[in-house]
Amino acid sequence: MVPADLRYTKDHEWVRVDGDVATIGVSDFAANQLGDVVFVDLPKAGTKVEQFSTFGVVESVKAVSDLYAPLSGEVTEVNADLASKPELVNSDPYGDGWMIKVRVGDAGQVEGLLDAAAYEKLTAQA
Amino acid sequence: MLASLGMKSVDELFADIPEALRSSPLRLDPPESEQVLMGRLAGLAGRNRVDLASFLGAGAYRHFSPPMVDQILLRGEWYTAYTPYQPEVSQGTLQSIYEYESLIAELVGLDVVSASHYDGAAATAEAALMTCRATQRGRVLVSRAVHPHYRAVLQTYFGGAGLEVEDVPLVAEGPATGTTDLADLERRLADDEQPAAGVVLPQPSFYGLLEPMAEAARLTHAAGALFVAVIEPVSLAVLAPPGAYGADIAAGEGQALGIPPQYGGPYLGILACTDSLVRQIPGRLVGMTTDIDGKRAYVMTLQAREQHIRREKAASNICTNQTLLALAASVWLASLGPHGLRDVAALGAAKAAELEAALAAVGVARAHEGAYLNEFAIQVPNAPAVHRELLARGILAGLVLADAVPDEPGLADALLVCATEVTTSDEIAAFAREIQAALALTTSPVGAA
Amino acid sequence: MSASGPRLQPTIFELSKPGRGSDKVPHPPHGALDRLPAEHRREHPAALPQLNEPEAVRHYVNLSQLNHAVDTGFYPLGSCTMKWNPKVNEWAARLPGFAQLHPMAPDDVAQGTLQLLWELEQILIEVSGMSAVTLQPAAGAHGELTGILMIRAYHASRGETNRTDVLVPDSAHGTNPATATMAGLRTVSIRAAADGGIDLEAFKAALGPQTAAVMITNPSTMGLFESRVGELLEAVHAVGAMAYMDGANLNAILGRFKPGEAGFDVMHINTHKTFSTPHGGGGPGAGPAAVGDKLEPFLPVPRVLRDGEGRYRLERAGERPASIGRMRSFVGSTGVLVRAYAYLRTHGASGLAEITDDAVLAANYLKERLAGSGLYDIPFPGVCKHEFIASASSIKRKTGVRTLDIAKRLLDHGFHAPTVYFPLTVDEAMLIEPTETESIETLDAFADALIEIAREAESDPETVTSAPHTAPVRRLDEAGAARNPNLRWRPAVGDWTPCPD
Repeated sequence: MVPADLRYTKDHEWVRVDGDVATIGVSDFAANQLGDVVFVDLPKAGTKVEQFSTFGVVESVKAVSDLYAPLSGEVTEVNADLASKPELVNSDPYGDGWMIKVRVGDAGQVEGLLDAAAYEKLTAQA
Repeated sequence: MLASLGMKSVDELFADIPEALRSSPLRLDPPESEQVLMGRLAGLAGRNRVDLASFLGAGAYRHFSPPMVDQILLRGEWYTAYTPYQPEVSQGTLQSIYEYESLIAELVGLDVVSASHYDGAAATAEAALMTCRATQRGRVLVSRAVHPHYRAVLQTYFGGAGLEVEDVPLVAEGPATGTTDLADLERRLADDEQPAAGVVLPQPSFYGLLEPMAEAARLTHAAGALFVAVIEPVSLAVLAPPGAYGADIAAGEGQALGIPPQYGGPYLGILACTDSLVRQIPGRLVGMTTDIDGKRAYVMTLQAREQHIRREKAASNICTNQTLLALAASVWLASLGPHGLRDVAALGAAKAAELEAALAAVGVARAHEGAYLNEFAIQVPNAPAVHRELLARGILAGLVLADAVPDEPGLADALLVCATEVTTSDEIAAFAREIQAALALTTSPVGAA
Repeated sequence: MSASGPRLQPTIFELSKPGRGSDKVPHPPHGALDRLPAEHRREHPAALPQLNEPEAVRHYVNLSQLNHAVDTGFYPLGSCTMKWNPKVNEWAARLPGFAQLHPMAPDDVAQGTLQLLWELEQILIEVSGMSAVTLQPAAGAHGELTGILMIRAYHASRGETNRTDVLVPDSAHGTNPATATMAGLRTVSIRAAADGGIDLEAFKAALGPQTAAVMITNPSTMGLFESRVGELLEAVHAVGAMAYMDGANLNAILGRFKPGEAGFDVMHINTHKTFSTPHGGGGPGAGPAAVGDKLEPFLPVPRVLRDGEGRYRLERAGERPASIGRMRSFVGSTGVLVRAYAYLRTHGASGLAEITDDAVLAANYLKERLAGSGLYDIPFPGVCKHEFIASASSIKRKTGVRTLDIAKRLLDHGFHAPTVYFPLTVDEAMLIEPTETESIETLDAFADALIEIAREAESDPETVTSAPHTAPVRRLDEAGAARNPNLRWRPAVGDWTPCPD
């Protein structure tokens, strides 16, 4: 289940670009690999993130994984629901389990990301 | 067994060790039967002197331990188990840790308590490192009233991590002599170039004095730093707990909770913090949960902080901890109960007051004026010589401060003495009598020679 | 649950009844706390439980019976060496001369313990092939930190402060990389070679003037002797770096391989693994660190010294300026070290060599029994040392039953599970360490249980995936525990109840 309208990183983050706002989360594949997500550590609004550098951490019972920003930009909004309901990352990774919204600095960066077909191929090999 | 492996000699199992790496044979004594071994050990133990009238505390305290405590500890189900990796067959250990966390939380007035650290010094170092992680700052201010061993360990740990420890000196004159100099602390906290991550103060101090914790915590928070209280748990029966005076973290030595002195360990490092710091605390945490049938059960939790998952990004490298000692502390607290614990603390205070009066009566005065609970420093001319002379007379007259804190002005001729509920009036009388005699000897020309 | 079976317990707080408790200490005199200034006093007493002795003892005895332990059954937890803990050790540590000795007692009154510690150091020097030992570290990870800080100090003493890399195989214990970070250094993770051993070329490519140290576990966490370690040590020393050996698996090489002789510069020893001091439900341990000549000046303070007349003393502050300083308060976990000393004296040279022979024999026997079943994958089929890896990879593919399920089902058979999902580098790993103190009957029974479970995975997978069925509790809601942590009981607020003065 890889939504066709999103772009992906090889580290399993997805991004949905809407105008100059990009919404970012992790894929269903990543959520499955982690198991039951118990905590998501996200930056504060106003933080600048760089493409492919870490912006947060997601923890499950027995694993922990860094989160990598698909695009550079400034964090405009953080999904506050994840503080009390981190399980949204497992139950609805592409919807209510989104993590941050970013004001995109360089829209051209999107072109460097995987499309759905390429991401699906990547996860099939894993 | 060898035959089933198709081997003739056990050496074949070690054929994978290259010739060049094979070791020389062990040059050790031959095996010893249990009977002979027991004789040897009893002989060694007998060479230690534990029959002295002891007034030595300084971070390790003698207390009464009801026999039930050690009898519980000797159950093999406790001491021959390991870390509860399989919670379904480790509920005993897990619940005992949860109860330990709860008991200590009650004592310190903070909600999160780690399952244990190595000792008071390591717990204090971890507490100071927590303040750096939480504030993203790299400078910690530590009162010189903190135990000198803890301060030394802090230096070792911080040197490794590339962080800075700065001493806060003691008040040099007036009624507050010997306690942390808050005016100096305030000046150090005002350094905006290098803001402090945390401030570490003890209660009671290494010198037995009660420190101005509430005011120190207020100054610390005003500078955006975190406040660490180094505590002694028995005293918390009667002293205001860290949670009440605004401490963010409490660390300390739990040995006083019924653990024998045994020349330094194994002891119990206590580490506790507020809820908001739960993801910064290192070491294991046990939480209450349910099994799939809804039965109440316990499990290690928030493990993603720890080294086996987070590896180089872990909060600490700690793995093996002091669980059995945490159990000892819990059983000791349960055997005494809240009134028994208060009695232990109050009896210690009463015995210490008796000691102070007895020493004053023979002309030996305190080194400080401030309030204390059950430990205090005394001024004694030629303190090292007097200490030696008293030892020959069967009295362990506390600690020679010139040895323990050689860099502390004003304490070159002082002893740190303590009393607890096990100190007897006869011992106190003997101390007063013998120190008078020893002083006469050591201050006379003959004794000084 | 049978009447005599394990009984789950309410918390000790729920057992509390106001006014209960026995007089363990005398009452203090009136006004004992009058001199305590008001601002320092506790307002509300801590709400500790109030129980009579019978209720308190039953609580803890019943709790203890919920545990699996070496004293109750087989405990093949790989990498942890859950061997028998001889009872004489407990007797020794409780001798009043050892137990009641104050850690700051003058050297003159501590000669027995100081002699024991000094002799223990000599034994560990011989076992490790090193030049000197510190007994101060409180656990293995603490010994690691001690060792890496000494290495750092050594490089600094030569002006080489640019050495910041610590090379660690990806199969290493998590404590290794975590230690490097605590010491202010950077971990470089090196992938294991296909045969599970050191990838010499990968190490050589990563070594350079920036390398502070390599950390090697030998035998490795796969239970394999690192036969290329000699070449690795040469390469490490050629670039001026130092070699740390994680001694967690020392039980497999006593009298066969001495790390110091082979060229390692420093190692730690887990007394609670190799030398039988009890694991205590998670601790205490002790992690003495042994060093070669180059690192000896940097050992932590205080060392135990012996003079020409056979008198012992502790090193004084400032006596050895190159020292890295203190790693903990006082001398060390002496009570643990007394137990280790008793164990080492009992075994002597020949006994220690037999320990290793028997531990390695037991592991190989068990490995062959499982390999012979054809049900479990044995990723490294050659001779192993004291432990080996089996994998449920094929079983998972065929039946959906995973290593975790097999581990839980083993509990129903009365065995503790092996270490599972470690090392991280092997799929569905089980790290099995039988130790030398188990009988062949126990080893066979354990192998039979694993084989039976593998067959059950095919015939009745649900029974396996829903295990355990006979343990005091079933599988736990670990996600719930982490999402909404409940880390303490909240008793009603305490209050002073009247108490006769």
